[in-house]
Amino acid sequence: MDLQKLKTKPRKAARTAPAADGLKVVGKSVLRVDGWEKIKGAAQYTDDLQFGPGLLYAALVESPHAHARIKSLDTSAAEKLGGVVKVVTGRNFTQKFGLYMNDRYVFATDIVRFVGEQVAAVVATDPKIALRGAALVKVEYEELPAVMDPVKALEKDSPLVHPDLGTYSHVPWFFPKPGTNIAHWRKIRKGDLEKGFKEADLVLEDTYYVPRYAHCAIETHSAIGLYDASGRLTMWTSSQSPFTQRHVFAETLKSFGLSHKDVRVISTYIGGGFGGKAGVTMEIIAAALAIAVPGRPIKLLWNRAQEFYNTYQRLGVTAKIKMGVTKAGKITALDFKLHWDAGAYVEYGANVVNAAGLSASGPYRVDNISVDSMCTYTNLPPCGAYRGFGYSEFLFGLESHITRMATQLGLDPVEFRKKNAIKEGDILPYGAHMNPNGIREAIEKVEKEIKWGVKEKSKDPRKAIGKALVCFWKSPAMPPNASSSAFLKFNEDGSVNILVSGMEIGQGLLTVMAQVAGEVLALPVTKIRVETPDTDRNPYEWQTVGSHVTWGCGNAVKRAALEARERIFDLVQRVHCLDKSTLYLEDECVRCRTKPDFSLPFRDFVINGIQADDHTFKGGPIMGSGVFMPEFASAIGDPETGQGGHPNVHYTTGSAGIILEVDRETGKMKIKKVALAVDCGKAINPDLVKGQVVGGLLQGFATVLYEDMRYNEKGRLLNPNFSDYKIPTVMDMPEVVVPIIIEVPQPDGPFGARGVGEHTMIPCAPLIANAVADALGVRIKSMPVTKEKVALAAKAARK
Amino acid sequence: MKNHDIKFTLNGEQVALSVEPSDVLLDVLRGRLGIKSPKVGCDRGDCGTCTVLLNGKTIRSCLALAVEADGTEIVTLEGANTTRKWTQKLQKKFHEKNAFQCGFCAPGVILSATELLEKNPKASKHDIKEAIAGNLCRCTGYEPIVEAIEETVKGK
Repeated sequence: MDLQKLKTKPRKAARTAPAADGLKVVGKSVLRVDGWEKIKGAAQYTDDLQFGPGLLYAALVESPHAHARIKSLDTSAAEKLGGVVKVVTGRNFTQKFGLYMNDRYVFATDIVRFVGEQVAAVVATDPKIALRGAALVKVEYEELPAVMDPVKALEKDSPLVHPDLGTYSHVPWFFPKPGTNIAHWRKIRKGDLEKGFKEADLVLEDTYYVPRYAHCAIETHSAIGLYDASGRLTMWTSSQSPFTQRHVFAETLKSFGLSHKDVRVISTYIGGGFGGKAGVTMEIIAAALAIAVPGRPIKLLWNRAQEFYNTYQRLGVTAKIKMGVTKAGKITALDFKLHWDAGAYVEYGANVVNAAGLSASGPYRVDNISVDSMCTYTNLPPCGAYRGFGYSEFLFGLESHITRMATQLGLDPVEFRKKNAIKEGDILPYGAHMNPNGIREAIEKVEKEIKWGVKEKSKDPRKAIGKALVCFWKSPAMPPNASSSAFLKFNEDGSVNILVSGMEIGQGLLTVMAQVAGEVLALPVTKIRVETPDTDRNPYEWQTVGSHVTWGCGNAVKRAALEARERIFDLVQRVHCLDKSTLYLEDECVRCRTKPDFSLPFRDFVINGIQADDHTFKGGPIMGSGVFMPEFASAIGDPETGQGGHPNVHYTTGSAGIILEVDRETGKMKIKKVALAVDCGKAINPDLVKGQVVGGLLQGFATVLYEDMRYNEKGRLLNPNFSDYKIPTVMDMPEVVVPIIIEVPQPDGPFGARGVGEHTMIPCAPLIANAVADALGVRIKSMPVTKEKVALAAKAARK
Repeated sequence: MKNHDIKFTLNGEQVALSVEPSDVLLDVLRGRLGIKSPKVGCDRGDCGTCTVLLNGKTIRSCLALAVEADGTEIVTLEGANTTRKWTQKLQKKFHEKNAFQCGFCAPGVILSATELLEKNPKASKHDIKEAIAGNLCRCTGYEPIVEAIEETVKGK
């Protein structure tokens, strides 16, 4: 080998140094790094993984009752069926689990609490045999009185869903009331409510109702578990939360000798999440079955009906609002009571209630405020995270109420919102300060886009046109110590692999992480590979929820890239005797501001080092790691007032406007135009932000116009399929969608970025309700705002 | 019940296998033939993510029995990727326009669009919407999908 040839020769610089703030990769709509494999049908989802002929399949025995005692359970006939390997019940697993509140059972042991709850599982060599076996399990029940309504659940003689609530462990920021159905009660008390109402010229009180909704990711949940002879549990799951799952598996099943090091979660691409694949739901069953049948992989795949009734649903809420406003349009007082129907288990849902309670003022400054956000157990399926995390639900009532009050006072609802919109530094309902935000700019841009103030007439005399503008905000709901981390490794050719555990759930996280690292390291994203995680190899990430990973995981990746860059600069300084402060990276090379001829390509040294004049090599593989935790956050405040902590890291704000055509006779609505402006701090990939706007809006409009979960009086979900629970098709697209990006930087965000994923769905319900009111003068106070409701209300108003 | 011996062409290759009368085509493609681009979404023909081409026409493979495939020609995205001109053009535009997010519905949508453009290379926006109305997508809001197909038609 010719050592001289190996010696790294700095090459001539191609260009001069870039401007200090000239971003080259961030802020560009680069093509998605996960594009080709997805559109060629090659991307692997959990159910696509192959485990060979040894794979076993599980089918469940489910409760037909909303509330009942299990009197007897006979598995003998199922066990005798050829091909059945094992029948597993609550006798084998008595453990409870939960993310924030330990109230959910792996299998129902004594009591079933909702229709569809798992009572037993049959493991067999074939999916059809597993189903036949499940049908042979005989369960005798004694029915118990059930409660289906969150307000009735508070009555003194209501059946108790969890009589042992007082013994359940939970996070310190929950306040359950043992002996009742209240799993958590988030109280906010700020200012002087009575004084606020006295100052008001108009006080309006009303109740708004929001039903439950389903995520309807096209991929259902699936999990494969394998417990091997080394005592290791490997789980392949369709998950937004591989590390949180690892933690819940290890904690729940520790009596089998598992520790965190023994549990490995591998997450592939997931076919839509929307919060539904956050935390742990059915995966715990697959983990338990793997323990029960060691040595063979076992698959549990949810069918569409199970996806509806046994994962999480969005919480329903009955929202009572009393608001005081002056003639000049200042909000003087807000008394907001939210009664949440959180279902039979609230291990995740109670945190939705918490998050909504903290932020129920909406993006407005309200000095005198009282919020009671009450998480109530019912005998309906468990509720949990859904894109928007409680904000869509309270905003329907709040933004409807604001428009009504402004209108009653003869004020312009848009001017009213501008007047009350929150500003940087304003005191939030729990006492912390508001972050920099572009909400006013958002309102102004949307106002212009929908030509607010210009009354429009439909060409069709049977139809009326209504307009509306609303505001929204949302903060990531996360524990104060939720953290992100990243590893970054250079390869021989100057390319990079990044390891994170933030999940690609369709939003484009892998692409955005590549852009963040690419910006720091002067690399195009085509030279960077980021993939979905394996908890054994990839570093920790709390969960991919709350629109926080661009910010949290992005910060970790940026720090990893900066660390790698620092190592490069240290090495070049040491070998080439160049002052490190004069070095910079450009076009995959190290360059020097004071020595324009110096240009050292990454591929020449990032693995094998730089050869010094004495022919020795210095350096070695260039790597970086980065960790991010919001060290300013705290969830601990006064339980009676909510004051004192800093539970939310920041808010993303924005505004949306609509032009809606409504048929006076049929109530049929057509969205002629919708504009949504969101302050994402910095759009790292503007096209991906626009994708979130367009997609989120349609998902939001679906909850107002089409979707509705219907239960019978026995607590059975009547429409657990896409024929009866209508999600939008391409025929339901709004005519024109205008995404508007506002960029008021988030001081602690990567390149100023903050999250945007959930926000685009939040404003939809009050947009429709307010536009219908503008068009026809009728007010719908319960979701969904279907054409039937609109037509009937319009008919009643004409009389 | 007696098994049936069936033969069909799958992505240009001859396949012969013995199936139960109740075996669903989607399950046979995924479970026995390793063809994973058609997905399981609803198992009742609502969502379109299991779409495959049977004799050039899209079908819901979750609603077809495997025995019905006997003597037919089946093409999934794995095959259309390399053999169908319109599929390749569509894929390029789907990538450029971000006409997918999670990607789970993409194989079905692309096959529905392929069928449309093979029949009608000058499809209008209305034709496009009609053609993909049976493919549910929960991520994109459909707008970029329609744009990607429109641009494929225009040859932009």
